[in-house]
Amino acid sequence: MNLIEFLRLAWESITKNKMRSLLTMLGIIIGVASVIIMISISAGTEASIEEQITGLGSNLVYVTTNFIRAGARMGPITISGGGEEGGLVFDDATAIAEEINGVSAVVVEQSSSETVKAGAVVLDGVTILGSTPGFPSVRDMEIKDGRYFNQRELDHTQKVAVLGFDLAQELFGEGDPIGQTVTAGDTKLTVIGVFNERGMVSGVDFDAQLYTPITVVFQKFTPSMFARFMGNRVRVIYVKIEDLDEMENIIQQISFLLAKRHEVSLEEADFSVTTQQDIIQTQESTTAAFRNLLAWVAGVSLIVGGIGIMNIMMVSVTERTREIGIRQSIGATPSDIRWQFLTEALLLSLVGGLIGVLVGIAGSWIFGEISEMRTVVVSTSIVLAFCSAALVGIFFGFYPANKAAQLDPIEALRHE
Amino acid sequence: MAVQVLIQTEDVKKIYGMGEVHVIALDGVSISIQKGEFVAVMGPSGSGKSTLMNILGCLDQPTEGRYILDGVDVSEMDRAQLAGIRNRMIGFVFQSYNLLPRTSALKNVMAPLLYNREQKRNTNMQQEIAAEVLKAVGLGDRMAHQPQELSGGQQQRVAIARALVNDPVLVLADEPTGNMDSQSGEEVMQLLHKLNQDGRTIVMVTHDHEIAAHTQRTIHLVDGRVEKVIHNGSGSNSSAFEKVSHESH
Repeated sequence: MNLIEFLRLAWESITKNKMRSLLTMLGIIIGVASVIIMISISAGTEASIEEQITGLGSNLVYVTTNFIRAGARMGPITISGGGEEGGLVFDDATAIAEEINGVSAVVVEQSSSETVKAGAVVLDGVTILGSTPGFPSVRDMEIKDGRYFNQRELDHTQKVAVLGFDLAQELFGEGDPIGQTVTAGDTKLTVIGVFNERGMVSGVDFDAQLYTPITVVFQKFTPSMFARFMGNRVRVIYVKIEDLDEMENIIQQISFLLAKRHEVSLEEADFSVTTQQDIIQTQESTTAAFRNLLAWVAGVSLIVGGIGIMNIMMVSVTERTREIGIRQSIGATPSDIRWQFLTEALLLSLVGGLIGVLVGIAGSWIFGEISEMRTVVVSTSIVLAFCSAALVGIFFGFYPANKAAQLDPIEALRHE
Repeated sequence: MAVQVLIQTEDVKKIYGMGEVHVIALDGVSISIQKGEFVAVMGPSGSGKSTLMNILGCLDQPTEGRYILDGVDVSEMDRAQLAGIRNRMIGFVFQSYNLLPRTSALKNVMAPLLYNREQKRNTNMQQEIAAEVLKAVGLGDRMAHQPQELSGGQQQRVAIARALVNDPVLVLADEPTGNMDSQSGEEVMQLLHKLNQDGRTIVMVTHDHEIAAHTQRTIHLVDGRVEKVIHNGSGSNSSAFEKVSHESH
């Protein structure tokens, strides 16, 4: 018999016992599908990280509030006019821009959550993101219509707003929002621009936010009276460096400057200075660990699938002992029988692998649709999963096939 | 010599188990069967009939002694070689038909062709040959039927077609009519006689004296030995070793 004949025989046997075949393939289907889904999640995560990084460049330094230490320092409230207690304030950013050489841009962010109204449309819990004019270039946002606010509007606390893509749609539908008025909290803002679609970036939907000068946030949306004492606090300061070689030096200068301003030592600083590079490295090592874990899980599920195939093939050999005896009596050699069961196991794994690939692709898509996570189906993962399924089939099919081949024809014929 | 010996066993013994506890199934059987003969094997249960048939059918090998089939000593062959002998030289007809379940009559008859390594044929050729043999046994209109859709007699005719498809020198039938009514049994026996008239050598195990009487010779086994050999028609007893000449067809 040649391979084609063996495959035809195996195919006949598989289609004759559809239910048994399906159950046998189930392990492989799940194994292959989970490999593809998990790799697609991992690839999706990497892709969104990469997307986040692109456009920002590596010459960016983040200064963020170190909340744990800031909180400790906030214990006894001391009312001081400057209000530099606990965390970063707007003046810190100004100080960085003015006192440190080699800094090309400084952008700050502070946000609040308000109810936003436009005509009859009322939206609760919209993020009001206050920033400075450099924000679109630093965060890689493109203006679709109108413009972003300028330094003059920032300095004069002009009540202007730029809308995220989805927010503009929800508030104004197909109409032109430019020049219209929206009410955020109690404050009326004039819309001067709309952003292009940007999507989700690390869990934040940039298309659903309202962007306004940070001075407006300080004046109108400062979260609580308590915070008013603290001065114009900001969540993050982005510092763009002119020369990458000066990075280390500038980070040190920023740290010294802020420590001096906050009257703390560097060891107990209430802020942290990180670079794009640090973030990339942390995220890369996190995704690598994630990927390794997924590879193990996928490997284990494929082995379990293989054991499933072996299990059912063993049962199948017992169940078909008489058939084996008949085939031996009409001239099937031990190797004929071995190949018959081996091709059957192989074909089961291949068909199971194929179904698993389809389930995996569909599953990745569904997973991406229903969850916040992004999924990207990687073609090499399909090849990898498919080939592992075939290997598993051969490996775990071998023992039952060998057992079948070694059956004694007389015993086998007598088997009921 | 005009007469050709097809089967020759020389003092064949089959012993199961070793040492103290062992069963002697065959205790020195020497028989000789010529080409074109129709021989019946009879004997009480436990007499060694099945063991003898298994050895003649190359499903089993003797513990001692030699078995020469068509001039070839098969006593020392390995499993793969024996499978080849079964495939090309021997056709089996079992009491319980032993057709492949859920497989059409045509596919059942084609199966031995798949395992034929000497004459490889493509699928179309295999189908053609199998169809021809099925027509010859009168089942030309049942080729697509599965065994469970056929009567006992029809199933046995499919089994006979399968036994013949590789044109074997020997057909071994183990109580071929044991599972069917007398009408069907009669038809199957007629088919076997026709095969014999066409020159096919047949060795058949049976319990039925009347069926045995229609063969040329009956070998009686008792306790693993040949008790007597009866030449039907002449009815005379003869020794187990006697070489009997028959008019060749």
